[in-house]
Amino acid sequence: MRILVIADHDGTTMSDATARTVTAATTMGGEIHILVIGHGVEAVASHAAKLQSVAKVLCADAPSLAHGLAEPVAAIVARVAGGYDNIVAPATSFGKSIAPRVAALLDVMQLSDVTSVISADTYERPIYAGNALQTIRSKDKRRVVTIRPSAFPAVGEGGTAPIETIEAETVPELVTFKGSEVTKNERPELTSAKIVVSGGRGVGSEDQFKQLVLPLADKLGGAVGASRAAVDSGYAPNDWQVGQTGKVVAPDLYVALGISGAIQHLAGMKDSKVIVAINKDADAPIFQVADYGLVADMFQAVPQLIAELDKT
Amino acid sequence: MKILVPVKRVTDPNIKIRVKADGSGVDLTSVKMAINPFCEIAVEEAIRLREAGKAREVVVVSIGPTAAQDTLRAALAMGADRAILIEAETGVEPLGVAKALKRIAEAENPDIIIVGKQAVDDDCNQTGQMLAALLGWPQATFASKVELGEGVATVKREIDGGLETLELKLPIVVTTDLRLNTPRYASLPNIMKAKKKPIDVRKAADFPELADLRLEVLKTIEPPGRAAGIKVNSIAELVQKLRSEARVI
Ligand SMILES: Cc1cc2nc3c(=O)[nH]c(=O)nc-3n(C[C@H](O)[C@H](O)[C@H](O)COP(=O)(O)OP(=O)(O)OC[C@H]3O[C@@H](n4cnc5c(N)ncnc54)[C@H](O)[C@@H]3O)c2cc1C
Ligand SMILES: Nc1ncnc2c1ncn2[C@@H]1O[C@H](COP(=O)(O)O)[C@@H](O)[C@H]1O
Repeated sequence: MRILVIADHDGTTMSDATARTVTAATTMGGEIHILVIGHGVEAVASHAAKLQSVAKVLCADAPSLAHGLAEPVAAIVARVAGGYDNIVAPATSFGKSIAPRVAALLDVMQLSDVTSVISADTYERPIYAGNALQTIRSKDKRRVVTIRPSAFPAVGEGGTAPIETIEAETVPELVTFKGSEVTKNERPELTSAKIVVSGGRGVGSEDQFKQLVLPLADKLGGAVGASRAAVDSGYAPNDWQVGQTGKVVAPDLYVALGISGAIQHLAGMKDSKVIVAINKDADAPIFQVADYGLVADMFQAVPQLIAELDKT
Repeated sequence: MKILVPVKRVTDPNIKIRVKADGSGVDLTSVKMAINPFCEIAVEEAIRLREAGKAREVVVVSIGPTAAQDTLRAALAMGADRAILIEAETGVEPLGVAKALKRIAEAENPDIIIVGKQAVDDDCNQTGQMLAALLGWPQATFASKVELGEGVATVKREIDGGLETLELKLPIVVTTDLRLNTPRYASLPNIMKAKKKPIDVRKAADFPELADLRLEVLKTIEPPGRAAGIKVNSIAELVQKLRSEARVI
């Protein structure tokens, strides 16, 4: 049994989601290789080589691979896939884009957003916004699996796997990368943070989001999330959306401010260890999943909370 | 320029589904069904491109039970020109769906296929990418803005760290994200008009790829619920609980 993990990275740093995906791969039982695809990705490859349980790193490095475009990436993965039983990627925006493309090229079904590995061919995954959990077995001779990072801890470091360079694919250049708007912030990354503070429509405006949600997140050393309504209203950027169709988080502490608790939002945070909700509506469904609920106007409660945290 | 939009009939996203007690699946008897929200966004985008004079025709296609005609009628009422239904009474999987859609695409020759990023029942997020791979077309997943030029499309995509812009040579597959547009409500006259628009019904027997299922569902269970929490009465109490009871701060 051989397993190929596709690394998710930004060109310089390996994502935490990749280290979590390696943990999932270890429970499938087999020799694990990591494939790093990009341009100038020596640092990523050497990081991959340090991850525990990794036997080998494959690295495809070429200018045409600089932006992780799905077409050349999927072509490379499909080419080397013949040597593997399981091809595994994190269910990040990168993994979600490339893995189904790989699966179709290999003529296999994908198992998406897996939260538990039962065996090499059998997995558990949520459906219907997490309102049901399905155990499915693949009948394909090779499996393409995406892993929900929040469901697995990151693998440790200390390994010394060899790095092998592989050919980049030449695919017709039908896609040109034009640019990106990626906000670098000093806060912990949303999907791996121990504490997440999220704001919803109840926050009321972008300014109030900045004046209430961000300071509380900073006070707690946490990441910032948002409901779809907050993103749609322009209070927060799209990549902060937590939920069925946004990011899935499972921090030690999740604080929901002015969020009602729609099914789609709960799908992204209900596996958090401790949930705190502050909402002025005592009947808001968020209170059904909250460990600690406070019925209050957040405009009063949040400044008080920050002040209380200051009193150590 | 022709646009093809695959639409899926799913359970209404506002409804909390129930899992059957015997673990055999989700109970769909008398559950309200609707067009998948991401497909609705796809239909809206296609219609806007046609209204802007960038496209000539919008064709919607669904693979599903006879009742999926309702889903197609909803898309026709929004403004799609015609519809194709591949009748499949039993469950289908994204790979089979993508193969069937590929054959429809080869017959229809669209310049763009706009697909939802995910069906909110199976939450697979696969079909568009698979279809692009099978056709050998480029893909732009999770689109929040689509602009058409001469033989190219410029697409802004929602990615983990923010946004990214790609330029793609047509033909392409686009998958829709939430911020692409806000779908219109169909007006009553348009609902009436949609009743007269054609739906071309095809038999599942002509699409054997749909029956080639690769996944076996062993069981379906309800996820473990959370233990009931408490209401606190003050910020001081909240902070005290978080510190000494939950020990998370
Ligand atoms: C296809 C689809 C996908 C979706 N995906 C997602 C997703 O990934 N993530 C997601 O979050 N949603 C998603 N949604 C949307 C979801 O259904 C809800 O509409 C959304 O989560 C609501 O956001 P909200 O709780 O911020 O807003 P609302 O439901 O409007 O709730 C606002 C809350 O703020 C409270 N409030 C108002 N003022 C105050 C105040 N001063 N102090 C305290 N509380 C206050 C109110 O009591 C209310 O409970 C999706 C929907 C669809 C159809
Ligand atoms: N049975 C189907 N009929 C038509 N389109 C479908 C079907 N299944 C999936 N699709 C399309 O593929 C998208 C993603 O679905 P999925 O990959 O199942 O999450 C949907 O939003 C539809 O646009």
